[in-house]
Amino acid sequence: MIQHLASLPILIPMLAAILLLLPPCGKSIPIRRVVSIVMSIITACISAVLLVHVYNSGPMVYAIGDWQAPYGIVLVADLLSVLMVALTSFLALAVVLYSSVGDDEKGSFFHPLVHFLVLGVNGAFLTGDLFNLFVFFEVLLIASYSLLMHAGDKHKTRAALQYVVLNLIGSSVFLIALGILYGVLGTLNIADMALKVSQLQGDDVYLAKIGGLLLLVVFALKGALLPLHLWLPNTYASAMPVVAALFAIMTKVGVYAMLRVYTVIFGEQAGLLNHMAQPWLWGLAIATIVIGAIGVLAAQDLRKLTANLVVVSVGTLVALVAIQHVSATAALLYYLVHSTIICAALFLLADLIAHQRGKVADRLAPGRGVAQPILLGGCFIVAALAVVGMPPLSGFVGKIWILKVTFDSERALLFWPVYLIASFALLVALSRAGTSLFWERKHQGRDHPEEEHAKPMQVIAVIGLLACSPLMVIFAGPISDYMIAAATQLHDIPAGINMVLKGGL
Amino acid sequence: MELLYASCVGVLVTCGIYLLLRARTFPVVLGLTMISYAVNLFLFSAGRLTINKAVVLGTGADYADPLPQALVLTAIVIGFAMTAFVVILAIRGRADLGNDHVDGHLVKSNNKEHR
Repeated sequence: MIQHLASLPILIPMLAAILLLLPPCGKSIPIRRVVSIVMSIITACISAVLLVHVYNSGPMVYAIGDWQAPYGIVLVADLLSVLMVALTSFLALAVVLYSSVGDDEKGSFFHPLVHFLVLGVNGAFLTGDLFNLFVFFEVLLIASYSLLMHAGDKHKTRAALQYVVLNLIGSSVFLIALGILYGVLGTLNIADMALKVSQLQGDDVYLAKIGGLLLLVVFALKGALLPLHLWLPNTYASAMPVVAALFAIMTKVGVYAMLRVYTVIFGEQAGLLNHMAQPWLWGLAIATIVIGAIGVLAAQDLRKLTANLVVVSVGTLVALVAIQHVSATAALLYYLVHSTIICAALFLLADLIAHQRGKVADRLAPGRGVAQPILLGGCFIVAALAVVGMPPLSGFVGKIWILKVTFDSERALLFWPVYLIASFALLVALSRAGTSLFWERKHQGRDHPEEEHAKPMQVIAVIGLLACSPLMVIFAGPISDYMIAAATQLHDIPAGINMVLKGGL
Repeated sequence: MELLYASCVGVLVTCGIYLLLRARTFPVVLGLTMISYAVNLFLFSAGRLTINKAVVLGTGADYADPLPQALVLTAIVIGFAMTAFVVILAIRGRADLGNDHVDGHLVKSNNKEHR
């Protein structure tokens, strides 16, 4: 049983989604919600078990159908991928809890789609094969298209249409890149590609370079890296906030794919192609941070502001990918977990605030005060402190770590000013947002009806997400040990290749 | 054969990109379809263009690479599903927004000539 553990984070969401479509769950709303929550808890537990197992007894390679790599498709559960899987499952649990008090019934098939999305994301994190990565990308994308349209109106249709068309073009580019790489290398298994890419000679080097850089276009599109980030603010701001919270993990799929491909395949061992994407990644990442920070300052409502925060975090993460060093990757992983969780919490908070402010919703304009100022204000200040990187929350630890790993190199000259000024812009924008959301009231003294109050389930979901930030500071020691171990494992390319190609099941 | 094949892929991609840049949803969908055809052909050629090679069955040493064929099949299925989705979305966009412009609104001065 234990050797099948690596496949369960993919299989259980699939089972959950199918169960949720079948009659008892498909007909009755309470049953559907209970089953969805229970299945999310099971997925989260399985992911946690897998994480502990991999941490204690080393990475697992699961050959699907017992076809050994490089001929079959393998799932690789190493420290990095199980961390991402655990993060996804946890986030999905929070989203399912939050949605279960009403948001899920504004359209059809919310719960099955969430589980299909988790299936796709977990699959993309676990797979050890580039074509399989494409397939899981498509699975998560088609689920995300439908979720984006959930409870749809005019604006959603427009945003969704642009998002779908962009991603379809992205998929075509992905396939072309895969075709080129397969034609040159004769394999699509990531470990095998890492082995073969160092032996390339002559014209094949240039072909592989074209293929690799086309992949960069795709991952930049998924990860919302400049100049392919334009879809993100509109899409995230027009999706339902609970869906946007779940989407917080999707840009990270792009970042994860960059990390895998440009560290393992085109990393330091790639012969003539070593570190080939590095200059591109570095420049684009810095530009993304700048544009994201400008977007944050210019945002007119809290959801757009949060969407631009996602852009800033992607820029920071990609800058760390570009450094391609063990310590930078470790800092990246810490920051990735922190930023995903906090951005998701901010989207959920934006929904609660918008709901209680009536007509002005989450626009940063004077309006009706919120019904629960202490609860929501408290949550908002925690989230804002964490995302800006003020002590004592996780953002601060992540920021110090990032500044420390960039300090030694000559990169600090460019990165430090940009990153610190961007953080300052975030601080200004979030203070302004908090002020206008909570303090600039127009209609004093009007009573709020009871039903406007946040439901207990929603509060649990938001506080559960926000609690991760102090927890990540309290347990910073063990967590950073884990991140360093995961980064070391990722950068130890020969060991990784050996494990996949010789280890098997 | 290579020249014919390559120009076929090239022409399809060119037409596809031209159509993608159009403002209405229908040409965009057609462009996406053309690009996905081109991609399928391209993937197929990743296994090298050869004639008279056996399938991978049996013991013959000289066989055609089966993997690109499998990749193309997967790509066709996925591309088909995605195209179906985008068509439905385009129809819904037409109904919701009152026009078939990708941005969701028509520029006033263009209104007449497009009708």
